[in-house]
Amino acid sequence: MGAARRHEPVLDEVFAALADGTRRDIVARLADGDATLTELAASYDMSVQAVSKHLKVLEGCGLVSRTRVARTRPAHLEARVFDLMTAWIERYRRRAEQRYRRLDAVLAQMNDDPPPAPRGDDDEEAP
Amino acid sequence: MSRQTQIEVPDDLPIVRTVREFDAPPAKVFRAHIDPELFVQWVGPHALAGEVSTWDARTGGEYRYAMKEPDGGDEHWFRGCFHELRDGERLVQTFCYEPWPDGVVLETLVFEALDGGRCRLTSTSLSGSFEERDALVASGMEQGVQEGFEKLDRLLAR
Repeated sequence: MGAARRHEPVLDEVFAALADGTRRDIVARLADGDATLTELAASYDMSVQAVSKHLKVLEGCGLVSRTRVARTRPAHLEARVFDLMTAWIERYRRRAEQRYRRLDAVLAQMNDDPPPAPRGDDDEEAP
Repeated sequence: MSRQTQIEVPDDLPIVRTVREFDAPPAKVFRAHIDPELFVQWVGPHALAGEVSTWDARTGGEYRYAMKEPDGGDEHWFRGCFHELRDGERLVQTFCYEPWPDGVVLETLVFEALDGGRCRLTSTSLSGSFEERDALVASGMEQGVQEGFEKLDRLLAR
């Protein structure tokens, strides 16, 4: 491995990086093949600097790498589609867990709080 | 004891299955699913406001609700039919994110009594194809916010 910058994508960083539409688009484009910053920037209605920033975020979380080829540094997608699916599944699971924690709180409320008024607990609701 | 949600996304069936245990009996967990006022308190992130427009929680009934982003932001509408309610035991319903009407999911929720007045909830979402299932997982549609993952969905469908 040596000096090679081995960067395991950290899920939270990956999710944060992919929360942005442009970055998702860049990832989708790079799945078709490597592209230089200039090539990428040509397809977006934004400055080269802005696209470069997005690319840096993708690099930062390990999804994209850039190596020097002649005078360019084409961007290369590191994560294979399979890896992405694993990430999506974990994200889905976390969201389900968060939802169920909210349900825990609702259930605790149902347990602890007796009905406020002397109205039936099992009726739908007072008019 | 693991309280964390377990997830299963198998290769041989287009389903997503989650399993989670709760410190409440099945009847109570069931009620939190069919009482609209309770349901909207937990179904979506706290940052989003839930609004129920149709809620007829009976076998053969239907529902429709929205998760609304703050300050007049986007609204995400969901609808489906209550296929069968079996009190405190089983809930079968369809679910779809309205802008994606072809992606109808059949949800089967099984509420299982555990010792100590606890409940194990097994939720199985069946999609019409593996592509739809994978897109569902990737998009987080279930969460109430379709984040525009269409391009990545296509990737996953390859």
